[in-house]
Amino acid sequence: MEKQMICIVCPIGCHIEVKKVEDQVVVTGNQCNRGAVYGKEELIAPKRVLPTTVKFEGGLHERLPVKTSAPVLKSLLFELMAYLNKITVKGPVKMGDVVVKNILDTGVDMIATRDM
Amino acid sequence: MYDIIVIGGGPAGLAAAIEAKKQGIEKILLLERDEELGGILQQCIHNGFGLHVFKEELTGPEYAQRFMNTFHDLNIAYALNTMVMEITPEKEVHIVNDQGYQILKAKAIILAMGCRERTRGAIAIPGKRPSGILTAGTAQRYLNIEGYMVGKEVMILGSGDIGLIMARRMTLEGAHVKGVCELMPHSNGLTRNIVQCLDDFDIPLQLSTTIVDILGEERLTGVVTAQVDEHYNIIKGTEKEISCDTLLLSIGLIPENELSKKAEILLDSKTKGPIVNEQLQTSQEGIFACGNVVHVHDLVDYVTEEAENAGRAAAHYLKDIKKSKKPIEIKPETGVVYTVPQHLDYISDQVKILFRVNSVFKHHQIVIKSDDQILKTIKKNHMAPGEMMHIYLKREELEACESKLSISIGEL
Ligand SMILES: Cc1cc2nc3c(=O)[nH]c(=O)nc-3n(C[C@H](O)[C@H](O)[C@H](O)COP(=O)(O)OP(=O)(O)OC[C@H]3O[C@@H](n4cnc5c(N)ncnc54)[C@H](O)[C@@H]3O)c2cc1C
Ligand code: SF4
Repeated sequence: MEKQMICIVCPIGCHIEVKKVEDQVVVTGNQCNRGAVYGKEELIAPKRVLPTTVKFEGGLHERLPVKTSAPVLKSLLFELMAYLNKITVKGPVKMGDVVVKNILDTGVDMIATRDM
Repeated sequence: MYDIIVIGGGPAGLAAAIEAKKQGIEKILLLERDEELGGILQQCIHNGFGLHVFKEELTGPEYAQRFMNTFHDLNIAYALNTMVMEITPEKEVHIVNDQGYQILKAKAIILAMGCRERTRGAIAIPGKRPSGILTAGTAQRYLNIEGYMVGKEVMILGSGDIGLIMARRMTLEGAHVKGVCELMPHSNGLTRNIVQCLDDFDIPLQLSTTIVDILGEERLTGVVTAQVDEHYNIIKGTEKEISCDTLLLSIGLIPENELSKKAEILLDSKTKGPIVNEQLQTSQEGIFACGNVVHVHDLVDYVTEEAENAGRAAAHYLKDIKKSKKPIEIKPETGVVYTVPQHLDYISDQVKILFRVNSVFKHHQIVIKSDDQILKTIKKNHMAPGEMMHIYLKREELEACESKLSISIGEL
């Protein structure tokens, strides 16, 4: 396994190469250690925070912005979206309230990102 | 009579009002034309805000909510659904809301109206005018606040961050984003957004490419793209027809300064915002400005910092703290597009000067001159037009300066 990528941890944007040699992941081209950590995770199991909206009743707008409480596997994003498109949240909510607990057994919650 | 009237309830207006209140100013009124506070952040539901101010990564609404909570805790007065129509040099504020037309008076005004997006007219794309062409920010508002998808097959013109963010957002919502065209040979967006918004979903970024024709009668049916050479002339034979029902424009932001013009405030031709001193005071005494109305910031965190300075400065102005020195002009020279502030009137212990460079510089130095003498140089490994730069100068360093400070980029 080998991948060319751009480190996005800071604005310098080093072009790094991440290689799997036996059990070791080797990162080259990075100017600092944060780039090595980033490269390893991007190769093995890239994760993202998912911000989106869900249908909402009982407030100013018809959509409530939400996000995952922690990064989730990138490969799961579309499944999470499909699930979230089916739910409706009823107000009032406060920022930080959990709207879906342990979504699709990821161990991560969906939380409201504003009061409404 | 109000002590301070703040115009605009986005992050800039909120932070300025909060800071003025903390400085002991009581009669503050904030005016917002929208039905809620928070400004444009309410529609920016993605994460990436607040790393500097809160040391954690927040979404736009979360960032706004934190400031709204503080604002409400301090019991600062505000009016929603209230449009400011005009301000005068005498600091009269003309407003319209459901109670009709009123003229309010203030001892100081803080402008925080933000910016708006450039539209199709600004770049004159040829072709027809079917529906389905809108700015990325308008689409963002429809989708994130109203829950309405503007289309299924999408092309994006311009690689600004809002366009990139919308490419990901619409893809996740089931649209097919066919590509992003960028006229320049490099993207204007943050690398992070190129990676997480385009590469993650295999959305192609076509550099040195523009849109040369718009297809469709009632509704958009497609666009014709073409490559450009280094002088931005279209290369014949590279035209390609791409079918789509939606074209999003992400071609830049301009400060919203209709009100400033009415108050005869001098504007900078580069920033398109008011010329300000280090106190964020405009050319009209007692009228201050902060946030994207002054110049387009990269990060809302910097907007907050600037707004706090403006709030503090307005409070000091009301307490009658006088000018300390004759004015010093700040000149952008080789490699520098503009600076904010554009001049210094009062010298506090330290001043912060923001500026933008005109191209990518690797291993160069920032050269600061005081009346044509080199005052200091600062080495930088990396500078780019998309990243606002800043320097700090101390009172001691400025003591000798007579009338002119210049900032330029030089080789090492
Ligand atoms: C579509 C869009 C998307 C953006 N996305 C991002 C992003 O992802 N990340 C980022 O860091 N920055 C983003 N920005 C930049 C963002 O605007 C700033 O970071 C930040 O919101 C600026 O704060 P502000 O308070 O100066 O302006 P704003 O948030 O725009 O607030 C200005 C407020 O003034 C009000 N107003 C204007 N004129 C009047 C009037 N005449 N009377 C009464 N009220 C008035 C407006 O309604 C608004 O609420 C985006 C900008 C736009 C336009
Ligand atoms: S490797 Fe280090 S220096 Fe290079 S982009 Fe990543 S964080 Fe920045």
